[in-house]
Amino acid sequence: MIYSLVGHYSLIVGLIIGLSLFYFSYKNFNNSTIVNTKILSFTFLQLFFVAISFICLILSFIFSDFSNETVFNNSHTTKPLFYKISGTWGNHEGSLLLWLLVLTLFIFLFLVRSKNQPVKYKILTLVFQQIIIVGFFLFLIKTSNPFNFIFPTPTEGLGLNPILQDPALAIHPPILYLGYVGSSIIFSSVLAATSLKIISPSWASHIKKWVLISWIFLTLGILLGSIWAYYELGWGGFWFWDPVENVSLMPWFALTTLLHCILVLEKKSILTSWVIILSIATFTLSMCGTFLVRSGILNSVHTFANDPERGLFILIFLFILIFLSILIFFFFHKDDEKKTYSFFWLSKESSILINNWFMMYFLSVVLIGTVYPIFLDVISSQKISVGPPFYHKLIIPFLIPFLLMMAIGPKLKWIKSQLEDKIYLIFFLIISILLAFLILKNFNQNILINTILISSALYLFFITLRDFFVKKYKNISQNIAHFGFSLLILSILFNNLFASEIITNLKVGETFENSKTKIVFESVDEKKKQNYNAIIANFSIINSNGEQESLSPELRIYNQPVIATSEADIKTTLMSDKFIVINLVQNQDFFNVRYQVKPFMLWIWLSVMLISSGGIISFLKKRI
Amino acid sequence: MKVLKFFLIIILFLPISSLDAEEYEKRNKITKNLRCLICQGQSIYDSDSEFANSLKILVDKKLSEGLSEDQIYEYFKSKYGEWILYDPGLNKNTYILWLLPLLIFLVGGAIIYKSFIVKK
Amino acid sequence: MINKILPYSVIIIFVIIFFIFYKSLEDSKIYTPDTYSKKDLPVFNTKDFFSGENVKSSSIFELDKIYLLNIWSSWCVPCRQEHSLLMNLSSDNKLNVIGMNYKDNLKNAQNFLKELGNPYKEIFIDLDGTTAIEWGAYGVPESFLIINNEIVKKYIGPLNQKLIDEINLLIE
Repeated sequence: MIYSLVGHYSLIVGLIIGLSLFYFSYKNFNNSTIVNTKILSFTFLQLFFVAISFICLILSFIFSDFSNETVFNNSHTTKPLFYKISGTWGNHEGSLLLWLLVLTLFIFLFLVRSKNQPVKYKILTLVFQQIIIVGFFLFLIKTSNPFNFIFPTPTEGLGLNPILQDPALAIHPPILYLGYVGSSIIFSSVLAATSLKIISPSWASHIKKWVLISWIFLTLGILLGSIWAYYELGWGGFWFWDPVENVSLMPWFALTTLLHCILVLEKKSILTSWVIILSIATFTLSMCGTFLVRSGILNSVHTFANDPERGLFILIFLFILIFLSILIFFFFHKDDEKKTYSFFWLSKESSILINNWFMMYFLSVVLIGTVYPIFLDVISSQKISVGPPFYHKLIIPFLIPFLLMMAIGPKLKWIKSQLEDKIYLIFFLIISILLAFLILKNFNQNILINTILISSALYLFFITLRDFFVKKYKNISQNIAHFGFSLLILSILFNNLFASEIITNLKVGETFENSKTKIVFESVDEKKKQNYNAIIANFSIINSNGEQESLSPELRIYNQPVIATSEADIKTTLMSDKFIVINLVQNQDFFNVRYQVKPFMLWIWLSVMLISSGGIISFLKKRI
Repeated sequence: MKVLKFFLIIILFLPISSLDAEEYEKRNKITKNLRCLICQGQSIYDSDSEFANSLKILVDKKLSEGLSEDQIYEYFKSKYGEWILYDPGLNKNTYILWLLPLLIFLVGGAIIYKSFIVKK
Repeated sequence: MINKILPYSVIIIFVIIFFIFYKSLEDSKIYTPDTYSKKDLPVFNTKDFFSGENVKSSSIFELDKIYLLNIWSSWCVPCRQEHSLLMNLSSDNKLNVIGMNYKDNLKNAQNFLKELGNPYKEIFIDLDGTTAIEWGAYGVPESFLIINNEIVKKYIGPLNQKLIDEINLLIE
């Protein structure tokens, strides 16, 4: 009970500090010492109190303090400790507290690391960030307080949905939030810099590390979400173009494009409008995502509790930020680069522009696909679904030129370029096409489109690989990231093309056999755990070489809330995954068994890690 | 419009029926396009709920009756509405959905092209 | 001049977007299927629950009569809750309660009726769930009010007293 009180009042203190920061910033707009001492201390205090509040919530969960409404709704005494802790941010109120924690953390770190920046710039960044922070404090305290009391105190809680009790999902929110909530600092600082008209190459150098941090965590956060979906949800897929997945992908597109533009701005004084708009867009899309997911206008397995009142608050808050940004952009930003800078169509500048063009197209596909059903429903009361076929049809054809540009673009020189050593470029192209054709020639399906797609991905693969060995450590972060991307596309393509599946009904002791595989349903065990009972089905899978593998999927019944889940057993190896899942069939004594062989799954995860390590290397390079 | 068959090549062996490989693919394509209406974000291919299983049986039945893919979609649309299809198709409701991204692509291209022309 | 138009058009676009989102918040969030427009009865073949004989749908539903079709199963927990209300309805002469036994084991279903009573004038079975889909149902329990061979109203989930009152009003 004490934790709730301390937690609640810490939030109030944090809010008051936020408001007083407005006051101090206004009064001391030009005072350097004040910024570095008093204001910095107050920013730290705000972070401190939010952290206290957050810790109080965690403790309430650990000690199962059911007088706290949030704990009551989302926890249970029999939950394992690890999941009691991670349950803190697995609900609406707790996750908002996590938002606040990241928001206050980032502004504090920003002020600490920006000692050499102009005073006005630092103060303005603080002011814009505080607008966001105070908005969230109000939102939290008014509509989503994690410290509401219930009286009388219940003896037991309602429990956490078992599909959320998974290690990947436990750390997915914090990592993801460091990514897209972290983009708030880019938003605030770009607005500050625009107002002061100091967007320049040196500013780009300064902001680059924040863009990198946000980008690295966002990439990893999305990866974790996909890994969770694959291992835990049990349908064998890892991306469904579900609205909530899309909502994390959209800021990623904007942020990646921003990263590229910042890298250009650092060297040349161009693309300033792009940088400003993309910085605004990234955070706006993050907020918009928060709105869509928590307001109840989307249907998804990921959504939090539906509550239109909360939705309305975020909507208004979001649009205040949007209109503020639009005003600042049009009022303060004067784009005169067009008159002084010119470049040739075959140049590094143009390749970056083309990159931006494609990325914005991909962003618009995902945005329109996600949001269109809402618009259609409002305008004409028709309800439609927009699912994977839409996204695949619109994105895949465009990947081909995109991959090719990714291979050639980095080789172009600034301003004007003639491609040197065209020979090896053409050589690799021919190799890629031949190789793709060889791989695919036994398939009669869509051989043309698949060949072209695989060729482009292979081309990027070979070019980046060659560059790694020839150019050694020049631009290694870009090299690794692009290489990782080619590997990602190749892994996904091969995974799709070469996957196989067997669906059958089996009773204990029965066997299924075809020319390649034999599935034996050996036995059934029972297991009792802390918060669930399980039936474990033991299978032996024997392939055509006689090699045997044991797999044991489970059917679990959790105690609170009472939910039955099907846990797949997945054996992951370097080259492929074996995936098996069982389901009960109503009124029958057999099980429905789904066995899949999925090649290269591990490579999908590894390639995303490669992509983010490109960013990590770039981040660390500055320190050396 | 024929969908780019970019998807899984599935080898399905059902103990009961004896559909050949091409029919299996068609069946999978159809069931992946149908939404499980009582699940939150799953196709009936992926889902094992009662609803999904019944729908799968019905799809098989309709296929063996000789209905085409589009006819099967029409049938389910008449029972449950447009919402049940994951591929929004191209009709008066969805022209904007499909064309707006392409329009944006073209506009973006035009802007970039202009920036080159100006330079010369 | 373009520079003058651009900010204003951007602002106008966002204002429009704001209002669309605002309106969508007000509307219902969960997809409720078409429960109000009248639909024709599906035509299907089935089997009688007790006798096991083949039955055509046209012989179950006659024009000029009012029916309540109730989809139920012995393994369906909410079906138990609504069962007593169905028993009450069955005593009403104006209304014929018909049962569709959904994906059930015959013995379990018979025990269910023995335990809780049989409100149904007729029962037919749907072993694989496909007949329910012909009706556009999602699962159990669901009920359909049929007047003049048209589906007038569809109730998803168990019936409660409020809905029973509504049914009583509609059949006047």
